[in-house]
Amino acid sequence: MPEVSDSLLLEMRGISKAFPGVQALDGVPFRLRRGEVHGLMGENGAGKSTLIKVLTGVYRRDAGEITLDGVPVHPTSPQHAEAVGISTVYQEVNLIPHLSVAENVCLGRQPTRLGMIRWRAIRRRAEAALDKLGLALDVSRQLSSYSIAIQQMVAIARALDVRAKLLVLDEPTSSLDEKEVAELFAAVARLRERGLGIIFITHFLDQVYRVSDRITVLRNGGFVGEYETKDLPRIELIGRMIGKDPSAIAADGERRPSAGAAAAGEALVHVDGLRRRGSVGPLTMTIHRGEVVALAGLLGSGRTEAARLLFGIDRPDGGQIRVTGRPERIRSPRRAIRLGFAFTPEDRRYAGIIPNLSVRENIVLALQASRGTWRTLSRKRQVEIAGRFIEALDIKTPGPEQPIANLSGGNQQKVLLARWLATEPRLLILDEPTRGIDVGAKAEIEGLIARLREQGMAILFISSELEEVVRDSQRVVVLRDRAQIGELVGGAISEQAILHLIAGQETGGGDVR
Amino acid sequence: MFAELSAPPFALALLVVLAGLLVAARLARSTVFWPLAALALLLAFNLFATRGFFSLEWKEGHLFGPAIDVLKNGSYVMLLSLGMTLVIATSGVDLSVGAVMAISGAVAAGLIERGGLPLPAVLAAALGVCVLVGLWNGVLVAVFRVQPLVATLVLMVAGRGVAMLITEGRRITIQRSYAGYDAFVYIGNGFLFYVPLAVTIVAVMLLLTALLTRKTALGLFIEAVGDNDTASRYAGVNARAVKLAAYTFSAFCAGVAGLIYASNIRTADPSKAGLYLELDAIMAVVIGGTALTGGRFRLIGSVVGALLIQTLTTTMLMHGLSSDQALVPKAVVVVAVCLLQSRVFRERVARLFRRPARRQPA
Repeated sequence: MPEVSDSLLLEMRGISKAFPGVQALDGVPFRLRRGEVHGLMGENGAGKSTLIKVLTGVYRRDAGEITLDGVPVHPTSPQHAEAVGISTVYQEVNLIPHLSVAENVCLGRQPTRLGMIRWRAIRRRAEAALDKLGLALDVSRQLSSYSIAIQQMVAIARALDVRAKLLVLDEPTSSLDEKEVAELFAAVARLRERGLGIIFITHFLDQVYRVSDRITVLRNGGFVGEYETKDLPRIELIGRMIGKDPSAIAADGERRPSAGAAAAGEALVHVDGLRRRGSVGPLTMTIHRGEVVALAGLLGSGRTEAARLLFGIDRPDGGQIRVTGRPERIRSPRRAIRLGFAFTPEDRRYAGIIPNLSVRENIVLALQASRGTWRTLSRKRQVEIAGRFIEALDIKTPGPEQPIANLSGGNQQKVLLARWLATEPRLLILDEPTRGIDVGAKAEIEGLIARLREQGMAILFISSELEEVVRDSQRVVVLRDRAQIGELVGGAISEQAILHLIAGQETGGGDVR
Repeated sequence: MFAELSAPPFALALLVVLAGLLVAARLARSTVFWPLAALALLLAFNLFATRGFFSLEWKEGHLFGPAIDVLKNGSYVMLLSLGMTLVIATSGVDLSVGAVMAISGAVAAGLIERGGLPLPAVLAAALGVCVLVGLWNGVLVAVFRVQPLVATLVLMVAGRGVAMLITEGRRITIQRSYAGYDAFVYIGNGFLFYVPLAVTIVAVMLLLTALLTRKTALGLFIEAVGDNDTASRYAGVNARAVKLAAYTFSAFCAGVAGLIYASNIRTADPSKAGLYLELDAIMAVVIGGTALTGGRFRLIGSVVGALLIQTLTTTMLMHGLSSDQALVPKAVVVVAVCLLQSRVFRERVARLFRRPARRQPA
């Protein structure tokens, strides 16, 4: 490809990086042209994050060269990388929630005069940066008063505020809804026209196809190939990522049980008019044994809030919950757990994992908590339980004593599932269990959901990916603007039907607001 | 019997044991290695530079000597550090322990002065008051979510006032004529199994704490709550009860330390008992490898940390420094141990030595 070499913005050659026991990157090349959006794809553990961290100076490479605009660079820290024109927005919002939007945008590079911060200039600069993304916010408001999605946009605005030549977007859309994704992509398109090179990492395949010009695929720390997006069919991409023959995946997809196929058992949980002011409701639904009930809706539609009410994290203002016919007041997670409920939260890092404890301890925690302080599980039992789940769920860890923080997102999610499966729950509430994890782990978790359902477990499944909802559930409760607007059962479940419910109601209610 | 054990064999035996522990800690990749190494270094220094540090005397069936004094005088901080370790592991801190020592001594001395209660009841009452004080701290932190620093600061300041109220503003001296005098004074001055009783109490408390946290699920819960409070609650851990237990236990340990202190000086001194010891206890815990941010805790590390602090103090005193001057070298050692524990620091230092070698081939 000689014609591209003159427009080459970034060239990485033979990048290697090893961690104790793992060769995270092995002689990986990467090339980015000006005015290009380049998808970096691969399963968890493929080396995407490591490559980005080498590029942005978080890690030092063991070997290899990096040239930016033809000049060799050796980023030693994220600040240094920013200074040479490499800006990054990470998957999790890395901002300071209690500062204002403007302060967050300008943090660390506040314009000053005589050592005094120029607040007006900060606000103006922040507004200008947000304007590039087509966003008009009150920049003096505290960042935490905005939704996660807006915070993500602020993080991008912050990255753009520096005179960046190259922007790395690491899973920027995990917490954005459809409309916000469209806004983000519009902003990305604008930046591309201005000649920026953009590296885009995501787990959403359709987004890669919507926005990227080229795709580089990594697998197990090695380079698989660089492709023109338009020349790479989706199924080929998946095949390259997981190192499987594409035709095998297609067959695998067909084998999946279609929605509504299984007959559900008796009613386990019945929710009637459950509501909490400013949160969600009223909510009325029944979850049967051996049934997956999905909560579908856009971000902020009240899905997570519904789960929090059921699990006793928030207390309802009204309505009733019955478990096997008996009215129950669920005032705490402990109460919910005693009723046989389990809950994996949307925000793994904040509310799921105990980062510095081992995989073993993370797995046995809920079971031990339900047994209390004195009926201790012996170390032998703990090791046995952890080992059983590491094997059954194929958790990739060097061993049960590894701190969970060292595992990839998908494996952390499996550990959290193991934590609950060890308690043998009756109702499993999964809030975005497949968010931010790779294709392979997603498929495994979806497969697990199906198996658990067949074994008679009731599952409440929350996902913003409609295809997952359609594929995995027997009943879909559709939410919009924190209220229940419909329910689809069995054969009536389809992406169109759900979208129709959400959209149809939206046009009707639009004038009221 | 011989009157004096010769010092070098004892010192050598001690250092050999320490060396063995060091190797074991290193092999187990335990964080206790660094405070232990500092302690060994200090003892080695004392072997050559401090006359008589390792001299042991055998008098009336008891052991005496500077090394024994270290154990005895260090018993307060060792006891405090046990409770403090658990509190810090829940990502809290307990500033009130010094004042609680004063309260404990005041209650005991007050009751003995008044007379009429058997000694076990007196001790139980003193410790009971301390448990209530600990519950107060725990309720502020766990139920009302007051920041631990602020919540326990209340009693750090007010606790001595409470002790003063109990003693009606006096120092209560335990008179020889009081009932139970002998038994009470025995606690802080007596011997059991050849060593001071205080040392035996520390050993028993350490064992009990270790059993309580490691043989029940309490240790797991404390570490989980300290590492991620929200996630622990969602997993069904009763975070409130765990914190309540930690603060209560800390106050209990302080109560025991306060009794030993009052017994040792035969006086309840509300303004001096345990003064600034909360800071030594926090230091001991940090030196021992428990992070102030909570999570993983190391009981043994904290005790080694307390011993290190006390050995240092004793060494300074034996070299003729006043206890005020001794604070400076103490600070230096604390900083050194904390730096050694810092992975970042160790890597920086290692890089410093490696860098020239790497450049040569080019």
